[in-house]
Amino acid sequence: MGREGAENTMTALPLILPAWRRRGRIIQSDAWVLALCGIYLLIAAPSAPELLSRQGLANIVSNALPLCAVTIGQMLVLITGGIDLSVTATIGLASVAGASAMIGGGTGLGIAAMLATGLTVGLGNGLAVARLGMPPFIVTLTTMMFGSGLAVWTTHSASVPGLPSSFMALGRPLVPLALVAGLALAVNHGLRRTVLGRWLFAVGGNPRTARVSGVPVAWTLIAAYAASGLCAALGAVLYTARLETGSPVLGQRIFLDVIAATVIGGTSLFGGRGTVVGTVCGVVFITLVDNSFTLLGLSSFVVLIAKGALILLAAVIDLLRRRHRT
Amino acid sequence: MSFAVAYDRVSKSFAGIPAVRDVSFTARSGRVLGLVGENGAGKSTLMNLLGGLFLPDGGRLQLAGERYEPRSPLEAVRRGVAFIHQELSLFSNLTIAQNIFLTGALDRPRATELLASVGLSLSPDTPVAALSPGERQLVEIAKALSIDARVLIFDEPTTSLTAPERERLFALIDRLRGEGRALIYISHALPDVLRICDDVVVLRDGMVVESGPREAFTHDRLITAMVGRALGEPAPRPGACRGDLLLEVALEGIAFGLHRGEVLGVAGLMGSGRTELARMLFGLDRARGEIRLQGRSLRGLSPRARIARGMAFLTESRRDDGLLLDASVRENATLAAPLTSTEAVATACASVRLPAPMLDRDAVRTLSGGNQQKVVLAKWLLTRPSVLILDEPTRGIDVAAKREIGRVIDELVTGGAGVLLISSELEELMALSDRLMVMRQGRIVGEVHRAAFDSEAILRLALGDAS
Repeated sequence: MGREGAENTMTALPLILPAWRRRGRIIQSDAWVLALCGIYLLIAAPSAPELLSRQGLANIVSNALPLCAVTIGQMLVLITGGIDLSVTATIGLASVAGASAMIGGGTGLGIAAMLATGLTVGLGNGLAVARLGMPPFIVTLTTMMFGSGLAVWTTHSASVPGLPSSFMALGRPLVPLALVAGLALAVNHGLRRTVLGRWLFAVGGNPRTARVSGVPVAWTLIAAYAASGLCAALGAVLYTARLETGSPVLGQRIFLDVIAATVIGGTSLFGGRGTVVGTVCGVVFITLVDNSFTLLGLSSFVVLIAKGALILLAAVIDLLRRRHRT
Repeated sequence: MSFAVAYDRVSKSFAGIPAVRDVSFTARSGRVLGLVGENGAGKSTLMNLLGGLFLPDGGRLQLAGERYEPRSPLEAVRRGVAFIHQELSLFSNLTIAQNIFLTGALDRPRATELLASVGLSLSPDTPVAALSPGERQLVEIAKALSIDARVLIFDEPTTSLTAPERERLFALIDRLRGEGRALIYISHALPDVLRICDDVVVLRDGMVVESGPREAFTHDRLITAMVGRALGEPAPRPGACRGDLLLEVALEGIAFGLHRGEVLGVAGLMGSGRTELARMLFGLDRARGEIRLQGRSLRGLSPRARIARGMAFLTESRRDDGLLLDASVRENATLAAPLTSTEAVATACASVRLPAPMLDRDAVRTLSGGNQQKVVLAKWLLTRPSVLILDEPTRGIDVAAKREIGRVIDELVTGGAGVLLISSELEELMALSDRLMVMRQGRIVGEVHRAAFDSEAILRLALGDAS
């Protein structure tokens, strides 16, 4: 009997192998993240029914929106084959800079200060990577340390309260939704329909080919890091408005979520691949996990372990995708 | 007389193109075997078979009388086969001793002993980065001796050596021969081959054309054997009329002009500076001197700006800097001219005979070498170049695709462009070019017009022999 079973396994192998190859197609697509969300909801919802309540869903959306802005910027850098570790520091720095400017000069000036901070950090990163040829990891690690140090030092690690009410309006759910949706649509269009979008993929796919083919590699890299800085600044606007105070440590804990969301959403850590749709799905999924774990009353350390496992899983899937292509 | 390595009717093809065919010869212990042939004659393939990089399709290899089928470089090393590479394969960030004992326990006294035996009086803790090319080569030989290699293969060992370093190497080779090791010596420096080798094997088109003891060869006979019989008068190319001057180049040791309607071939051995010249022309590497395109200086311009002024450059390696392997045919073809219309892309693909349904189907990674090269060519056709630089455009592609590329070159020059054609295949160069420049050691050492094309004379120039 047992022997017969072994024989069955042997004859089944040729049948299983094509199935595994077909699975490669599923891994390639963006749809699997949505499927993952659905499956996760089915498993988690019975234990945490609040997740699907009106308030629960509203929480997911309001948590996901600022994260989404930051993650879309990160995706642009990852597509070029780099990484931007400085986004969390940018959020903190932009938050306190903007809040201080706002108290003195009004909402408009404050928002401008936030965006200018993000743009400056991003341009600095881009120039160092593109013009000096430094490794993105080192460049953005340095700006991360510098930025977060500066934010805490200038504010003596105190938050900046008393923001104008016109700014607080940005914290209401519909405004962030419109802003982030606009950002997502614009970046989606840019990536798929513009020359700059094609350059981003070309630089990430093979920078040497890109250079020989006349792609302005340096400018493309600078644009990607600047965009990431701007997206982080938009995240800072939304986080600050929601918190109603400027804080130097704002967003310090979201970095892992940013990376996890991009990779789960199908952006390749090796560069050359990434979509806005996938990234948005990744953000929704990671927010879902985060919120449900909180609702289940799990320790933040358990959450950390689970997120680590998720990033590992996503990175393995990224690797499998590469294998299936070769 | 014992033999160390025997090739017995060995054949090997890559993607259906034979690299070596039916090769038989024997390298004996206590002798130096010289292996000569033009670029692409099959020398590297034969040595890679010995080194365990791949297995032969037909025939067999023997080592010391036993069947020899190395499945990895490590197995080759274990069987006592060592390479002294053309591009030295030491880790410059490690010390001499760390390099010698890369895969085993570090034995400093033994390293000192080995260094002394190759005539190097250096501390084994010296970082390799601090050594001259000649010293590095001696360290490679010491490394080979550390595994007591019975077969040593020298691949172009003298290219980066000074004259005294070369004499020291020859003395060492003499001693290794005296110790009863078998040596295989690959070189384009024919006087050296005739001086230090005991036996000579001449390869052409993947086959052994002549072999025998050194005494049977003269310098002239070697060259004739490498080139083969006279090829006859090349057919005149249609539309080979020379127009205005397009490109003027005045660099150190390199001065030439390229005209409209002209194919200018660049001949030379590997490492003679042909690719370096192309990269300088295209602005990828800094050039010392002046390059003018249609009368305007290109000084300080990026590749992007040069493309805008009508230059195009098909690089030597499709994989390294020719293609985005994971992108589609369309994405690759429009990379240099992003605002191209779909119709124009389809036309360009049709003109290089790329099947239209391929446009968006798959990543170019999945295409054949010939079709990949057509994609790169289509990319450059879409920029409407007036000067097209082609670096080894037919490497690794099948005969039909080679013919297509020849046809596209003809069409381009008929349309008034100028083509700079770099190739290691002399026959191809002579068939396609109106004029040939020969390069050696980064300089142009000769120029031959089509009427005077003669493969022996060109090879002589490339080899740089006084005789």
